[in-house]
Amino acid sequence: MADTAVDVHHGEHAHDDHHGPSGILKYIWSTDHKIIAMQYMFTGMFMAVIGGFMAYVFRMQLAFPGISVPGFGQVSPGEYNALVTNHGSIMIFWVAMPVLIAAFGNYLIPLMIGADDMVFPKINRLSYQVFLLSAIILLVSLFVEGGGFGGAWTSYPPLSASGEYNQTDLGSSLWLAAVAIEFVAFLLGGINFIVTLMNSRAPGMKAYDIPLVCWMIVIASILFMLSVGPLVAGAVMLFFDQTIGTGFYDPARGGDPILWQHLFWFFGHPEVYVVLLPAIGITVDVIATFARKKIFGYKMVLYTAVATGVLSFFVWAHHQFIAGIDPRMANVFTVTTLLISVPIAEMCFVIIATLYGGAIRLTTPMLWALAFMAEFLIGGVTGIFLGASGADIYFHDTYFVLAHFHYTFFPIAIIGTFCGFTYWFPKMFGRMMNDTLGKIHFWGTIIPFNFIFIPLFVLGMGGQHRRIYNYEHFPELAGADMYQLRQIATIALLVMLAFQLVFFYNWFVSLAKGEKAGKNPWKSNTLEWTTESPPPHGNWPKDELPNVYRGPYEYGHPDREEDYWPQNLPS
Amino acid sequence: MSAESATYPIDSRPAPVKREPIIPNGVLGMLIFIFTEVMFFAGLISAHAIVRSQAAGQMWPPYGQPRLPVEQTALNSLALLVSGIVLVFAWFAYRREVSAARIPLLLAIVLGGVFVGFQGVEWTALLAEGLTIQSSTYGGFFYLIVGAHAIHAVGALLGLGWAFHRLDKGTLTASQLGTVSAFWYFVVLVWPVLYWKVYL
Repeated sequence: MADTAVDVHHGEHAHDDHHGPSGILKYIWSTDHKIIAMQYMFTGMFMAVIGGFMAYVFRMQLAFPGISVPGFGQVSPGEYNALVTNHGSIMIFWVAMPVLIAAFGNYLIPLMIGADDMVFPKINRLSYQVFLLSAIILLVSLFVEGGGFGGAWTSYPPLSASGEYNQTDLGSSLWLAAVAIEFVAFLLGGINFIVTLMNSRAPGMKAYDIPLVCWMIVIASILFMLSVGPLVAGAVMLFFDQTIGTGFYDPARGGDPILWQHLFWFFGHPEVYVVLLPAIGITVDVIATFARKKIFGYKMVLYTAVATGVLSFFVWAHHQFIAGIDPRMANVFTVTTLLISVPIAEMCFVIIATLYGGAIRLTTPMLWALAFMAEFLIGGVTGIFLGASGADIYFHDTYFVLAHFHYTFFPIAIIGTFCGFTYWFPKMFGRMMNDTLGKIHFWGTIIPFNFIFIPLFVLGMGGQHRRIYNYEHFPELAGADMYQLRQIATIALLVMLAFQLVFFYNWFVSLAKGEKAGKNPWKSNTLEWTTESPPPHGNWPKDELPNVYRGPYEYGHPDREEDYWPQNLPS
Repeated sequence: MSAESATYPIDSRPAPVKREPIIPNGVLGMLIFIFTEVMFFAGLISAHAIVRSQAAGQMWPPYGQPRLPVEQTALNSLALLVSGIVLVFAWFAYRREVSAARIPLLLAIVLGGVFVGFQGVEWTALLAEGLTIQSSTYGGFFYLIVGAHAIHAVGALLGLGWAFHRLDKGTLTASQLGTVSAFWYFVVLVWPVLYWKVYL
């Protein structure tokens, strides 16, 4: 604890917790940040499997309408709606958020800044328990009478506001409750991250000595804190509309349905950057390590992230270009939306400049990091067309939009996660992952990923609309050429899902038989590599908490024999 | 490398020292939470403003809906504001001598309780006059916004009560008092804004 003198109370608590419960309870009722991180990680992966299964079912229906999908059966229109809605909700709220922010944040922040735990360990434990509750409520909502909510993850009223319209009275209320409860969990977690980073750093660690991934997770948490309030306010209003019959979004009773779109996207767009920034942080750290080179422009990356965060609050109305907003307003939001590509492009240039002249090692995490940048770039560039209000009128609600945001979210949530997971796997479990299997899994994921979504770009430009259960009813969209593209995408998805088995196999085999990792297998500088793998309770022995003497990216320093210079070495 | 080293000398750094945080953990955590709460109320108020500006015939309150008790609430708001001021005195008293904080802290709690209680009395009167959360968006936003504030006020009062209990036992730390006070200040300071937007 960094605060022994000032805050005796919290300090005492943290120390008491070091004699916490034992046995199986140690894993369920622990306040150790590493165990909570693992809880988030495993819950997130479990939800990812469910979300992936949903994608498989509705992609089968789209490519081969009316077939009995193996493992699911025939898909009814209502089920199709519930599947696409919950696929989106799960992948964003129950996979990207818990894994990238909660799991990596919990695991990395205390270890990387040289603290023995979070500042509020019990709030941290509560955060996971609330999150688990929200996941259970969401899963229950899929099986209640009427089925799961089918009004899309954006949940626009009036469709979402009344059981009369959406036919899933209970499912939609449970979905909304699950989302709101989940926000409480991240609120508790986010407060912890920010306070820990500010108050618990190792002696000598100044603001510019903090590894970028910690900064990114904390900036993301701040963005989340500032953007979530209006959505919670909107969610309470929608919940009242659904359950006790108020008319906040009902135009017939003086309400305004567009209001929800503004409240939702005021949160929803910063949310994109909430999950993007941690993924960029992971990428930047991995690239510095495996390029054996100092990050090009540490401060620039940091300030760029802050600029992205500020700008992200002024772009939300590009989701309403065809919802009837004032065209002058649309112009303003076009400008802000296109502006936000500048800081993101800058980060890409920083990464390229870091790679230039480095001694690059193409390990599995490095491949994931490079793929992150390459694939995200496609997502970013296609976003320009959607941010321009003129072009968006034609692209709105087509598969072009869908392919665009999958090209951003897949690199963030899947590639970013695999990058971080394979990089910190030795620290988390004490053993190395098999590099060959890792590379097979990498190529088996990246190649099919492009085969899924490039056809969808083409389909979107051909006018294929989203959220349609069966294109047989639209003669202009039911041609053989369009079905061919849909089938390519679906088959590529099957291939990609099959290759995930390699990952799980690699994981379990490496856990049992992997080579012992030692403290610092990647010869990295940051503090988490100075302790045992896996780190003991309290991270370092009580009297050996590290001091910090330099920044986190001192690779290839000319005055040293080795090409790395750990932060904790006095000289 | 060399340019970076010049602006940020690696070797000439002073030895690491343990530094005290500028803001204690509890207070900092509470401040971040308050930022989120400010945005929450900002969301409610802007939703209210948008719906109000679109009201049929610019009638607000809409036809057939009772008027809000503007004057009584203004008086009642005074109790809340005074409670906030008294709590500032409790803080300074605590810094001077711990036990001296007892009376101002208790007074702040009682005044806060008076505010919440009279708001409740007001609600029963309005409900009797036919203003419910379903009767119009006017009633909906009134109960939503004022109700959200009331829930926050009750939560903050429970926090102050907990601080008073610890003060009695002699285990209250400055950081704890600061944490619960920060939340009460938020409840007090957000109220005039809500009053202005909802009642006037």
